[in-house]
Amino acid sequence: MTTGTTTPYRSRRPTGRAGFPHLLRAEWTKFRTVRGWVLAMTAAAVVIVSLGLIFATGSHSSCSIGTVEVACPKPPTGPGGELVDDRFYFVHQSLAGDGGITVRLTSMTGIITYPPPNHDKIVSGLVPWAKTGVIVKDGTRQGSAYAAMMVTADHGVRMQYDYTHDTAGRPGRVSAASPRWLRLNRSGDTLTGYESADGTQWTQVGTTHLPRLPATVQIGLFVASPSDLTVEQSALGGSVGQARYTQATAVFDHVGLRGTTPGGQWSRDDIGADGQTDWQRYHRPSGVRESGGAYTVTGSGDIAPLTDGPPIERTLIGMLAGLIVMIVVAVMFMTAEYRRGLIHTTLIASPRRGRVLAAKAVVIGLVAFVAGVAATAITVPSGTRILRRGGAFPFPVSSLTELRVIVGTAALLAVAAVLALALGALFRRSVAAIITAIVVIVVPYVLAFASVLPDDVTRWLLRLTPAAGFAIQQSVPEYKQVIGNYAPSAGYYPLAPWAGFAVLCAYAALALGLAAHRLRRRDA
Amino acid sequence: MSERSERIMSTATRVTPPDEGGLVKRELHAEWTKLRTAPGTGWVLLAIVALTVAVSGAAGTTVSCTQAGCGHDLTKLSLFGVQLGQAVVAVLAVLTISGEYGSGMIRTTLTAMPRRVTVLAAKAGILTGLTLATGIIAVLASLLAGRLILPGHGFTRAHGYPPLSLADEPTLRAAVGSVLYLALIALLSLGIATAVRDAAAAIGTVLGLLYLLPVIVSLTPDPHWQRHLWQISPVNAGLAIQATTDLPSLPLGPWPGLGVLAAWTAAALVSGGLALRLRDA
Repeated sequence: MTTGTTTPYRSRRPTGRAGFPHLLRAEWTKFRTVRGWVLAMTAAAVVIVSLGLIFATGSHSSCSIGTVEVACPKPPTGPGGELVDDRFYFVHQSLAGDGGITVRLTSMTGIITYPPPNHDKIVSGLVPWAKTGVIVKDGTRQGSAYAAMMVTADHGVRMQYDYTHDTAGRPGRVSAASPRWLRLNRSGDTLTGYESADGTQWTQVGTTHLPRLPATVQIGLFVASPSDLTVEQSALGGSVGQARYTQATAVFDHVGLRGTTPGGQWSRDDIGADGQTDWQRYHRPSGVRESGGAYTVTGSGDIAPLTDGPPIERTLIGMLAGLIVMIVVAVMFMTAEYRRGLIHTTLIASPRRGRVLAAKAVVIGLVAFVAGVAATAITVPSGTRILRRGGAFPFPVSSLTELRVIVGTAALLAVAAVLALALGALFRRSVAAIITAIVVIVVPYVLAFASVLPDDVTRWLLRLTPAAGFAIQQSVPEYKQVIGNYAPSAGYYPLAPWAGFAVLCAYAALALGLAAHRLRRRDA
Repeated sequence: MSERSERIMSTATRVTPPDEGGLVKRELHAEWTKLRTAPGTGWVLLAIVALTVAVSGAAGTTVSCTQAGCGHDLTKLSLFGVQLGQAVVAVLAVLTISGEYGSGMIRTTLTAMPRRVTVLAAKAGILTGLTLATGIIAVLASLLAGRLILPGHGFTRAHGYPPLSLADEPTLRAAVGSVLYLALIALLSLGIATAVRDAAAAIGTVLGLLYLLPVIVSLTPDPHWQRHLWQISPVNAGLAIQATTDLPSLPLGPWPGLGVLAAWTAAALVSGGLALRLRDA
């Protein structure tokens, strides 16, 4: 059989490029004439679509007012189209045209209700991203544009604007012994934030342009304190986050407004407040007290991008089933040659073995990609629409990101199929190849989503194994200025989308290389 | 359980006259010889033990406990490797039947032993014995690894974690149950492989069943549906047998959970048996 590689035969064949399309055609014919494989690939696509749509149809979220169930209100949308959290206590005045505000913060305290381990006490303390400071905002509507200079509990001074942007200033907590001066200036559509330790030496923290800001804006003091979050392993697999009400209180003095303030009076608004907790009712309501030029402001909530709600890639829940089918077909596409002895004919017809493998890889990759993209292009947009109709608000993403999820998932299926094919060529036995492919691609993903393993371990699994490629599906970025359950089980991958995909590609390339080497060296 | 496998082994060494056809012994003997002499069997058995113990041990090194009440189910964690070992068990099971279809050996087998359901039963018997024997070694070694590794990561008596011991009733139940779990997975795979015949399609189906359902369960947003899916998923419900803490929060108790897997196994074996009996080989 090794005589298949002898030169006389090769010399008669057309050289170079002319040979490869021919090979591709031969491999494509082999694939398309096995009815079971074509059916299986179609079934894989159908499974992806149907499981996705069933999932989307079955997802409802409802909220209740008292005992009556109502449709959940749509969360506010920020200037960039993203869903946002916009709840805080706001003490404000109208500012016409250019101007600014300067304050000194001398104290920041707060409470956390019923934290672990025993969940039985209300303790004083601040969550890391409790924030207070000065803000310029386009009115009091939730989701409107803003820029703010703030002090946070554990992350020092920050300048934030339009929900997703965050710039760090000096670290450290605020106290009477170490107060912080904050200043925010508006000049046209430029907003500039400064901080100071003593009110004389100022440092610029950041500057931004907010072209959509109207001529008259609301300027003033704000306090927000996001929920305290702890994550526990769920008995049903994965992890479950628990959120608890918190509240923060800040003391401002040396409040100075610059510019034209038509009202001249402080207004107060509990932006986005929906009902009161017992703590607010019986102990300390949100609000503001003034005494001797010092303002004590109490509030709760957060001004940040929203991070709960299903991401659009959740609709691709059936993708794993499709992937397993495609792995099986890809492996069989290779091993069937050995089982039926067809490999001898194949290698006699085209003695350049590496090219045979390449042609097979191209064919199976393209078939998997086409089947995949047909499925994802239906599932993601229509699944997202169904989710929205059911009251679960998926994260709105840019069309570029949506395209990345759709095409990336198909590419992930294609590369996984190529990897499986290469394993088939390496092992020459379908069972060994399939089990290896599934153990390295599917199992790490399963362990990350549904197991008792700690998040740190699953993060490493999703960095080092071919399952890193699933990162291409992540549509929602991780915001470091929001406390969240950024675990693999919640859909946050340790690698950036394309980096993770590159890991998978590297594995596929390595396996193809080894397979080509083995095919060339070993007797078929 | 080990008694059973010993009996099978002793059967194997005895020469059975061919006219003793009324007994299952002949089929058992034949199947044992086939499995014993197949080139991969030893490696697959070794892989079951090695993978289970290695993954269990690795899982043990990933956790640590710095104060009392860390909230880890140590027994379950120490038996974590079963979740990967089951994939190799499925390979063993699929190969016992699909290998014959792949090579055409099945025709010889069925010509020599025309009682097809008995052939399947013999295969199931040999497979159960092998899996039980391998499972016992794998599970005991995993628990031993956990017993040696975990105290070094803060799971000490002072933090409320006595060393893992089979004298502890829930741990014993988890250990016995895990061995049974592996045997049930083997039989489930055998049933599916008999019905599907082709090795690649069979292993794909089995692994899909084993690894897809848990993901679907954990991604199901509706808690009501999530519990229902959990209750019918063979892996989720079956592995309830390993839980030793917080049992009331599980949708099913340990033994009813294993019962769900047993029902799946029974259904797979029955459909495999029917397919073998009714279909042309």
